Formats: sequence, structure tokens, C-alpha cells
Amino acid sequence: MTSVSRTAADPNAVRPPRAVVGSQISQDEVIFGAAFDRKVVRRFAEYLKPYRKTMYIALVTVLVFTGAQLSIPLVIRYAIDKALVGDTGGQALLTLAVAVFAAVIIVNYAANYLQDRLVGLTGERVIFDLRSAMYAHLQNVALTFMDRTEVGRMMSRLQGDVNSLQEFLENSITAFGDLVLLFGIVIIMLTLNFELGLLTLSVVPTLFFVRMVWLPRARKAFRRARETNSINNGALAEGIHSIRTVQGLHREAVNLELYGDKSQENLRAHLSSAKFAQVMVPIVDTLTGAAMAIVVVIGGTLVLDKELDVGVMVAFLFYVQRFFDPIRSLTIQYSVMQRAMASGQRIFEVLDVPLAISDKPDAVDPETVEGALELRNVTFGYYKDQPILKELSFKVQPGETVALVGPTGSGKTSITALLNRFYDVWEGEILIDGVDVRDYAKAALGRHVAMVLQDPFLFTGSIFENIRYRTTGAKREQIEEAAKIVGAHKFIMALPFGYDTVLEQQGHNLSMGQRQLLSFARALVADAKVLILDEATANIDSYTERQIQIALQRLLEGRTGIVIAHRLATVRNADRIIVLQEGRIIETDTHDALIAKNGLYAKLYELNYASFDDLPEDIVNNTLTAPVRS
Amino acid sequence: MDSTTSAKEPQQLSSRIYARSYAGLEIDPDRNISDDAIVFWRIVKLAFSNRIRITLALVGIVAAACFQLMIPQLLGDAVDGALGLVGKGNVSVEAGRDALYFAAWLLMGAAVMRGLFTLLHNYCGESIGHLLAYDLRIAFYAKLQQLSFSFHDHVHTGELITRGMLDLEGIRSFMNTGLLRVFLLIILVGVGAYLLISTDLVMGLLALSFVPFVMWKSAVSRLKLRGLWWTLQEKMAVLGRIMDENLTGIRVVRAFGAEPYELEKYDVASEEAHTLAAERIKTRVASTTAMTFAYFIAMGLVLWVGGTRVIEGQMSVGTLTEFLTFMTILQLPVRQLGLVVNSFARTLTCGARMFGVLDLEPVIGDRSEAQELPANITAVKFENVSFAYPGEGLPTVFNGISFEVSRGKTLGIVGPPGSGKSTIAHLIPRFYDVTGGQITIDGLDIRDIKLSSLRSKVSVLAQDPFLFTASLENNITYGNPWAEDADIRNAAAISQIDGFIDGLPKGYETLVGERGASLSGGQKQRVAIARTAMLQPEILVLDDSTAAIDAGTEQRIRQALKEQARSAATIIISHRLGTLRHADEILFIENGSVVEQGSHDSLVALGGKYAALFALQSREGEETVKAAKGAAE
Repeated sequence: MTSVSRTAADPNAVRPPRAVVGSQISQDEVIFGAAFDRKVVRRFAEYLKPYRKTMYIALVTVLVFTGAQLSIPLVIRYAIDKALVGDTGGQALLTLAVAVFAAVIIVNYAANYLQDRLVGLTGERVIFDLRSAMYAHLQNVALTFMDRTEVGRMMSRLQGDVNSLQEFLENSITAFGDLVLLFGIVIIMLTLNFELGLLTLSVVPTLFFVRMVWLPRARKAFRRARETNSINNGALAEGIHSIRTVQGLHREAVNLELYGDKSQENLRAHLSSAKFAQVMVPIVDTLTGAAMAIVVVIGGTLVLDKELDVGVMVAFLFYVQRFFDPIRSLTIQYSVMQRAMASGQRIFEVLDVPLAISDKPDAVDPETVEGALELRNVTFGYYKDQPILKELSFKVQPGETVALVGPTGSGKTSITALLNRFYDVWEGEILIDGVDVRDYAKAALGRHVAMVLQDPFLFTGSIFENIRYRTTGAKREQIEEAAKIVGAHKFIMALPFGYDTVLEQQGHNLSMGQRQLLSFARALVADAKVLILDEATANIDSYTERQIQIALQRLLEGRTGIVIAHRLATVRNADRIIVLQEGRIIETDTHDALIAKNGLYAKLYELNYASFDDLPEDIVNNTLTAPVRS
Repeated sequence: MDSTTSAKEPQQLSSRIYARSYAGLEIDPDRNISDDAIVFWRIVKLAFSNRIRITLALVGIVAAACFQLMIPQLLGDAVDGALGLVGKGNVSVEAGRDALYFAAWLLMGAAVMRGLFTLLHNYCGESIGHLLAYDLRIAFYAKLQQLSFSFHDHVHTGELITRGMLDLEGIRSFMNTGLLRVFLLIILVGVGAYLLISTDLVMGLLALSFVPFVMWKSAVSRLKLRGLWWTLQEKMAVLGRIMDENLTGIRVVRAFGAEPYELEKYDVASEEAHTLAAERIKTRVASTTAMTFAYFIAMGLVLWVGGTRVIEGQMSVGTLTEFLTFMTILQLPVRQLGLVVNSFARTLTCGARMFGVLDLEPVIGDRSEAQELPANITAVKFENVSFAYPGEGLPTVFNGISFEVSRGKTLGIVGPPGSGKSTIAHLIPRFYDVTGGQITIDGLDIRDIKLSSLRSKVSVLAQDPFLFTASLENNITYGNPWAEDADIRNAAAISQIDGFIDGLPKGYETLVGERGASLSGGQKQRVAIARTAMLQPEILVLDDSTAAIDAGTEQRIRQALKEQARSAATIIISHRLGTLRHADEILFIENGSVVEQGSHDSLVALGGKYAALFALQSREGEETVKAAKGAAE
């Protein structure tokens, strides 16, 4: 990168900037796979199963279509030999030939129409099915998988990879047709006149030889072109996402130059790939010419010697002209297949991610819950051998609000994630009303345990839709009521279309505090007995903070609450405080009792910060390393 | 159901807002045909701007078509030769054999020449497309970099990426598979028609009889496919957005047990898109197969009428073969016509969308007489500034706000959300332009200063910094890629991130950003501060940029920044009063105007809104304010 320039002998040398555009991680996704991957094809075939009948019909239509195409030169041959060159009954035979021709082209038309339509529609349907299957699957895969996977990468599987499979499906039917056509032409030519057929086909080995030399090189060029495309597109996407930073840091000129370099590489790769693609054209044309010349010279001589009907010669000329078309398009199919196999692998990789958390067959789904929570000897972590929570136990009574307090990494967020069964515990159990969360239906947990995340996520759509969210039965009054309770009504009404204002870009046109209030309202409408709340702090200003404190009190009324608290005010208002450190409880009691105890909490409190997040790191560390009096 | 009525309303609204946000792009989906013509001619003009290649391509097409058209005649001659017919009369077997050899050599020659000229025109056509794509790609990127924040606020990033990728690709592939292919087809049909009609008028007309039908059919389906393409693209964009949001907000989805709801939302969008996709296929298939059918009907007519003439002795079998093989030559281009039609439809859409962006004039740019900023700035001044974000029905953010910060001084700004604090940060580097009043630097209206000069002296640090997927070094030097090692270390030290970086196994080479190592919010903010410290700005605006950094570290950063930027005018926007209390002056902003102004102590003593906020934020504040109130009483 820049190491060379840094040690450059000449300090006045203009060295390249320490700058790049686009992702620095090379595209680790394989673009082309093997041309045929049995596993992928078999898996893919499962998605075709519901349309098996249609596919069979499509295959039949392909055969009929190809058959019709193959018989047209034969009809012409018949017309020439029997009606035109023959001696008797010319006009009647011609009429018959034309009638047969008409029948053939009608069949051809119908088969063509049916084939294209069936294949096109089924392909489209299967692709939508496949995408839906992936999407539905992703709804239920373990969060640990989602945590590790970028959304952008998943999207490229849901969109790009799915499309290349569609291309494959449509093309494979055409490829089938091409193969049949190829064999049909060979068989017909050999049947019409074996010697002439053999001589004409003698040009084919040359083509195979040339292709063998050409293919590996051409494939490399095509691959390079595709790679530079995705590099360029990555850089463009970065440029768009980072536009505010780019303008703020005045980096436009440098970026444009770097982007220009990448585009130049892309251009070069494409020009080279175009050369490779076109160089085959004169070769195929020369061979076609040679084949026609053979038919003309050999076939023509046979006709002159009255050993061959002139109609056969004409039919040969027709077949020779068509002969190279399927060979040419089969070359294209090859790279389509390679791409599809690579895409298929990635798609099925997603579909193979195990559904870590699924309902037991006898899962309970109670109408209501009391809201008593208990963690019993819970051990849990995200990485093997690195437990975050260590044999943790505590109980929360229905209606009680408990504040979780502790430094970063103490396990607060993990506790909340477990209560919602985002993950399963390693050991121990988590009970709601005395029943293990693993014994509840997922839907039941979703209904009875609501969660407000630190970073409120809103969807594109109206404010109304965002607050209502999953509770689709909620009436407008309920929505407004909820917004009033959390104190969001006022700012909503000040927006241009009130509750119908559409949030653009996931609500980024609202302030963080406003988004937080909306997510409170959403939780309120969901009306769950247990409420888990990761208090948003860093980005909330004191005004909204006060509103949020009030909203919080209202939200927690009559519910069991677990709050990851940052603000002293929140902590003080809780019924009970649990102080965590490295996955263990070190203190738990009411605010006053903890102060009286003069332990870690009291020490932190004494430091006089409004928020625990404001505590300087070194002070926390000192306090933590100091022996805790018990 | 009750919710259907209430759900419908926002949906209609959503399309209204959609239309509004795209108003800035000057794209109207219901454009009439004359606009199409404009887009088309622009694309053609772009193609013709590459004179040499387009000339070669056209020459190649004409030559390739002529050689191609020689082939049927040669084949016809060969068939006649085989029947012992040369010229008009019967000849000997010997002469027929000579004619066969002659025709065979010519056939070989014509086929080779056709291949070479096809290579020429296809390669030139492809390269015109690629060269054009290269130009457009850079122009698009450059334009996006110039367009102001208000444009980027309104246009979804995914939408722009689509334009830069798919629409550009559409225009590129049009060059060879659309524009030049049509030209080839015209030459083939035109010259072919001349040859055939001059040979036999009736037969020629019959052989070409399918052409008008194909042209009519393609024109009709072009219109339909284009409309379908537009709507399908939109539906697919909606589907993409739903998936993207679902995956991004997966925790919300899971927490609410909203998977069934999300699936239903997806299914509705997916079905809508699928219906359109299916409609598109049906339309396409119906038109392409009808075109092929018309071709075969014409061939049947040629066979019939031609056959009759042969029987009547008015025509030779060779001439009939010539007509039939001529039609074979036309078969492939005619079948491709469907694709070409698609390509035209797609290109007009893509072109409109591409030019829609390229034609935009950045709202914010240099005036003709714009000046450079002087070396040492003394003060930045807001003079009666008013501002509203661009867009219909958006409220005014401020109404006549005035203040001044001079070199070496720090101004603190605080106020409730929506009071316009952050907007102030965006106005100084002209991310947006004021709608009333002016902002001046040393008496010069910032709109009269060169944008490059202004932005090189003003740095704004935002709350949520964007880090690039690149090394820490590249991130820190983002604004000054020519920086030296010492500067980088110095900047890292100022932002108190040097210790952390030194502790990393790869140090400054560690990849960060979306696909690199994950940093905490505070660490990201510190990298962003280092990035700004590199630039040594003369006007520094910190917009809540230390919110995720603990108070102790923040204090040290502030101290270090102050030492480095002794000569800078600093504006700190924060809701954390601890951050602001050392500022020389503090503004309390509410509803777009300054309601309190003074030092921390004077504002606390004033006992107004600032004092109330101070009390709210700390127990110390509570006591101080109480004491101040007691003293006042």
C-alpha cells in the first residue's frame, strides 16, 4: 500500500495518496462455479416439483417445436423433388406440400408460444418461490447467524443470486432445445445422404479444437470483466453511502480520480472480453462457408450425376446454415450454468442455516401470563468457552421493575436477549410464570414479552403503521392514545401529514429521541405483560430524556419490567437494582439499601454523574479493581 | 375489516410523497412520447460522438450485410449449376461442374468476409458501449459527489445505486444489441428487398410481406413493455426495501414476534411484483411468437407462389432456393427483433433515469465571482439567518438568528430537539444554503467563497460518523491522503485513540468499517475526531460528536484539540452541559431563535431555561441552581 512510499529515498518524490475507494476486502464470493453441480441441481429441482406437470408439458413443447423446425427443410425438399422437378402432377403435389408446410408452421407457432410462455412463467414463479423460501427461512434462523452476516451480502443473495438461477432455468430449456436440434440435424443429414452428411460434418472437429484453445482464455477474460464490474459497483455504493462524509472532508477530487482508475480497469477488462467473444465469429463463419462449399461441390456433383435429388442438396444447405446456431448458443449456456451453480450454492447455503430456535411440538401458547420471571443458574455466551453469564440466578415478581446496572461487558444485554429467546442458554433455565421459555411457542413469547431496543428501528411507511406494527387489529384511536401516553402525539401532529406522514429512510428524518418515543408507543400498542427495555442514552438529549422518563413510568405500569439502565433517574425509579459485573450479580437491592451498603453501586453513585455512561473508564476500572466490601 | 380503510389511506399518501421526493429529479413516469424522442436522440448522439468507431461499425455492418446477401444468390446459382443450368440455358455437365466450383469458392470467400466484417462491427459496437459506459460511470459518480445534501436527503441510496448499475448497463448494452442491430436489420431488409424485388417483383414482395407486420407488432409491444418495465422496477424496489428493512431490523421483528406480519407484508409485495413480471413475460412471448409465425407464413407463400412459377417454367429451382435462403438469413434478426424491442424499451427508461441525474444542476456551487478565503480567519458570523429545508410544506427551522464566533473562541449551542442545533452545523460548510440573511466569514458572504476553499477550512464532526471499509490509517487520513506518519500519530493522540490502535495486532493497518473490525460507538467517534484533527480546520463544529465518549476522555480530547486548534473558531453543539460549560459563550436555542445567551455562570445565575436544564442533568446542578435561587431571594 503506502509502505514503499514511506521509505522512499527521495522525500520530494510525489507519493501516491493513502487513499482507496471501495471495499478493501477482495470479493470473496465465487462468481463462477463448476458448470454442473449435482447437489445444487438436485436441490433446485425440489423447487420445480410443484410445477412438474408444467415442466413436462414444456419439455414436450420443446420437442414439438424443435421437430417442427427440423421438418421445414424436409417439406421444402419434398416440394422441390416431387412437385417441381418431378414429371407428373406438379401443381397438386405443390399444393399438398404447402398444406403440410402450413400445418407444420401452425404446430411450430403453438409449440413456440406454449414453450416460451410456460418456461418463462414457471421460471419466474420458481424464482419468486425460492426467494420467499429464503426470506421465510431467514425469519427463523438463529440470531447468531444474522449477527455475523452483513445485510448487504444477504440482499445480494436474495436478489442477484436468485436472478442468475432464473436465467439458468430459462436457458436450460433453450439449451435442451438446442441439443435436440443439433442431434436432429446430424441424424437427418446422415439419413438423407450418409456420405454427403459425413463430409459436411467433417468441419465440426475443427470447431471443437479451436474452441478448446479458445475457451480457457476467453473464460478468464469474461471472469475478469465481471469481477471488475463488482469492484466498480462496490466503489459506487460506498461513494453514495458516504456522500456526506466525502463532501464534509472535501475528498471529491481524490475519490473521482481513484474511481476513474477502477473504471479504467473495468473498461480494459471489458474490451478484452469483447475481443474474445467476437473472435469466434469469423471462425464459425469460415467453417459454415466451408460446409456450404462442400455441399455445393460434392452435393452438386452428385446432383449433376443424377445420384442425388436436388431437393436434398437444398435441404442440406438449409441445415448447414442452422447447424452452428445451437453450438454458438450452447457456449453461452456454459457460462450461465457456471454462474448459476455458484449462485445456487450460496442460496442453498442460506437455506441450510439451521433453524436454531423452533417451537417444540407441545409448545404452550397461553392467552395471558402473570409476568413472573426467573433466571436459574444461567450460563451463556456467544463464543465457545467464553461465557458472558455465569450461573446467574434471580427472580422478578409480576409488576416489578428491575434495573440492570453494570459496566460494558457485564452481561446486561445478554440477559435481555435471552428473555426474548433470541438465543438459547448453555446451561440452566429461564422461566416465565414458572415455565421454561423453550416450552413456549415463539408466537407466545412475541406477544407477551415486548422489547424496546437501544437503537429504535423504524420501517419505511407511515407513523401510524410504525406504531401499529404487528398489532394490525389496532384502531386509530388506540394508536393515538398510545402516542399520547408516551408523549409523542404533539410532535407527530406537527408533522406535515400527522400520523400519515411517511417516514423516509427508516425514520432518519426524525430525531433519535423522537424515534425512541415512537418505539415506546409501538411497545405500548403491542401490550405485552413483560417489557424489556434497553435504555437509549448516548443520543438522547435531556429534554427528550425527561419525556422518556415519564413515558417509561407509564409504559411500565402494571407490567414486569427489566430495564438496562444508564441514567441515574431511571435507576432510582426502579423497584430493585441488580448490579452486574463480568456475568455475575455482585449486589442487588433497592436504591436506598444499596447506598446504605456502601458497595460498588454506592461508589459509582457517589461519583456524581447523571449517567453511568459518563463515568470515565479509568474510574470505573479503579473502583472495580478495589476490593469490594461485603 | 376495519383496518383496511385506515391502511389504504397512508398507502395512497405514500405514493404522493414518493412523487414529491422525485420531483427534484425531473422525472415523470407518465412522460409522453416526445420526451422519449429526446432521450433516444441523446443516446444516439452519445454513440455517434465516437466518430472512428461508429464509422468502422457502420462500414462493417454494410459490408457484412452485403456479403451476407451474396450468399443466397450464390447458393441459388449453385443449385442451378447442379441442375445443369447456367445463365438462362441448359449447359453441359462439365460447365455445370465448373459453375459449382466457382460458386463454392465465392461462397467460402463471402462467408469469410462476412465473418471478418461481423467481427469488426460487433467489436466496434461493443467497445462503443463500453467506452460510453466508462464516460457515463465517471460522470454519474462525479455528479453524485457534487449534488447537495438536500438531493441525497430525498433520494434513497438504493435508488441511486440502481441507476448507477442497472440503468448504466441498460444504456451500454443498447449500443450494440439495440441501435446497431437495428441498423444491420435495416440494411439487410433494405438491400435484400432491392435485390429480390429487382429479381421478381411479386416474389420479392411476398418474401418481405412479414416485415410491416413485425414492425407494427414491435411498436405496439414496445409501448406496453416499457410501461410494464417501469412499474415492475418500482415494485421490485419496494420488495427489496421490505427485505432490507426486515434484515436490518431483525431484532425488532423477533422481539415483537412479528414474523407472520413481516411475511405477509412480503407476500403482498412479492405477489404484486410477480403479477407484473408474469404480465411482462406474457406480453413478450405473445409478440415474439407472433412475429416468428408471420415470418413462416411469408415463407410458405414464397414456397407456394415460387413453386407454381417453377412448375410453369417461369423460374428456376435455384432462384426459388435463393428466395428461401434469403428468408433464412432474415429469420435470426427477425427473432432477435423482440430482444431489440425490449432493449429499446429498457434503454429509454434507463436513459431517462440516467439523464435525470446527470442533468441536475447542483443547487450549491461556486458563483462566477467566488473568492478564496484569506489565510487566517478572524470570525464567522450568522447575520439574521433564516432557514427551511428544501421541499414542499417543510417548516422553517430558524427565523432570523444572529451570533458570532471569533478565532480562538468557543461557542456552545444547546436547545431542545428540533430547535435547529444541528442545522447550524450544516449551514457553515454550505451543505445547505440559508434561505434568508447571510453567514459571513471575515465579512464575506460564504456563498461568495469558493466551495473548495470554504470546506477546506471548515470541519463538521457529526454524531454518527461514517467509517470506510479500509485501514484505520486510510480512515484517519481521509481528508488529507498525503499526510505523513507523524501527523497521523499526532491526530490519533489528540483523539485519545492512539493507545487503542497501538494495542491492535495490526495497528494502523487494521481494517475497520462495515466489513472490518467492529468498533464501539465511542471508538468510531474518536476515529472521526482524529480524521478531523488531521485537517487542522480554522472553523471547527462539533455536533454532538462526543456523545458516546465517556466524560473523562472527552475532556482530554477537548484539551488536546484546544491546544492544536488554538487559532480555530469552535462551535460545540451538545445536549450534555458538561461538554459546554467551558465555552466562552453559550446559546440556548428554542423554536428557531436564541432565547438565552451568555457564559455558563451567567446563564445559571439567570435561572432560566439553561439553569433548569443544568439542574436536570446533575445533582450538583440541582444544588447550584437552588443556591442561586436562594441568593436571588
